Amino acid sequence: MKNRRDFLKVSAGGLLLAGTARWLEIANAANDFGPASLPSGTLESAQWGSLPGKLPLIKKSFRPPNFETPVAYFNDAFTPNNAFFVRYHLAGIPEIDAAQWKLAVAGESLEKPLELSYENLTRDFETVEVAAVCMCSGNRRGLSQPHVPGVQWGHGAIGNATWRGVRLRDLLNKAGLKKDAVEIVLDGADGAVLEQTPDFVKSIPVWKAMDENTLVAFAMNGERLPHWNGFPARIVVPGWTATYWMKHVTSISAVSQPFKGFWMNPAYRIPKGKFPVIDRFVSQETDANTPITEMVVNSLITSPENARKVRQAEAVTVAGVAWDGGYGIATVEVSEDEGKIWQTAQMGADLGRYSWRQWSHRFTPARPGRHALLARAANRAGATQTSELIFNPAGYHNNVVQRIEIEAS
Amino acid sequence: MRTLPVLTLLSTLALPAFAGEDSVRLKDAPGKDLVAAHCSMCHSLDYIQMNSPFLDRKGWEASVNKMMKAMGAPVAQADVHKIVDYLASQYGK
Repeated sequence: MKNRRDFLKVSAGGLLLAGTARWLEIANAANDFGPASLPSGTLESAQWGSLPGKLPLIKKSFRPPNFETPVAYFNDAFTPNNAFFVRYHLAGIPEIDAAQWKLAVAGESLEKPLELSYENLTRDFETVEVAAVCMCSGNRRGLSQPHVPGVQWGHGAIGNATWRGVRLRDLLNKAGLKKDAVEIVLDGADGAVLEQTPDFVKSIPVWKAMDENTLVAFAMNGERLPHWNGFPARIVVPGWTATYWMKHVTSISAVSQPFKGFWMNPAYRIPKGKFPVIDRFVSQETDANTPITEMVVNSLITSPENARKVRQAEAVTVAGVAWDGGYGIATVEVSEDEGKIWQTAQMGADLGRYSWRQWSHRFTPARPGRHALLARAANRAGATQTSELIFNPAGYHNNVVQRIEIEAS
Repeated sequence: MRTLPVLTLLSTLALPAFAGEDSVRLKDAPGKDLVAAHCSMCHSLDYIQMNSPFLDRKGWEASVNKMMKAMGAPVAQADVHKIVDYLASQYGK
């Protein structure tokens, strides 16, 4: 298994980046590249990898680039752009010159198609900002039991950011959205290497596209979007998993029939009726399954890290984040005794219902030895995390209550 | 976006994205070169390592089939079982 010694091998390019001191601190605090329950091949093939403009992240695959954020970065309310996870399906990723870039807003269900330049997009519409969690549908897939194929993510295919841009509905309204529109189809500039490979194209229901929080974003945490997170513009669908957050968006089309494409069906499907989700994508449902939509309520312990050594009788701050599909986090509870007693954690600032919410709890180990800590969140829609995995073939929606162990002496 | 012809695409790719890929080493066994040649057309070979060792022969067969049928990987019928043999024996459970 790769270990701390490999940090020394990191490229000079990576070390020249801003934030190096922070990264070194994180790399030194990290035990390894994820929970021990990840497949052994996942842990062995992981390494610190540095994409241009990014701090070293946990490399899952080089091509297409899939890089995970180390959990220690989630001790901040907002995830730094240069530490934000990277996820691509297809390896054809062009560098885009914003001055040359064009966004087509078209389709049979629009009266007056538009073609927007970067300048049009950023200046001709009202600019708004939303704080929202961006989470890969497959976050924690690597923790599925049994394991299922795909990118074997641990806890870090997620991040929280402020997204600034224009409302998708303002574009659609300007283009004259017709009553017969059923879905809005989203395509980006990235593509496949082979002509036969299905291009990554997604659709969202019209009602979600017209939600005031759904954006065409061009800034993230107050800076322009990083290349690897969708420069010059990406779709932001707060509350829904990131599969719909089309990066490098070049085309938005309104259609009157459900969009058919590999990445809508059979990909990104969950069995019907197994998860407590409220948002439905009715035009894409089949008898057996339905597209993944909103994130289920979930939480993550960000500190202490698993296996931390602490002192007996000295208080430890147990901290983390909790999020859901936008109903808002109601409570986070922590158990110090394997789930018999649950204590309410202290909540951090409410940064908006699509942001994650920080929480903390003081724990004092009364005796030496191992102590298990569990955290579980509940949202305002009455949903809570599960104690047992709801297995599904793609490894989505893993919100099993997390358990870490620390050792007091 | 519509797929670009491979040559055009290669010239516009952000090549640094793939830096490091050469360090990926598959296990030596019969079929390795065949696997490397086919699979690396579209993705780095660490995908195989990452997805191990939890798939049985049937699981690897399903993955290879998905790559051929859904993703359009060009694999001659005669090579399919050699590729599956390698994956199942070297990276299977």
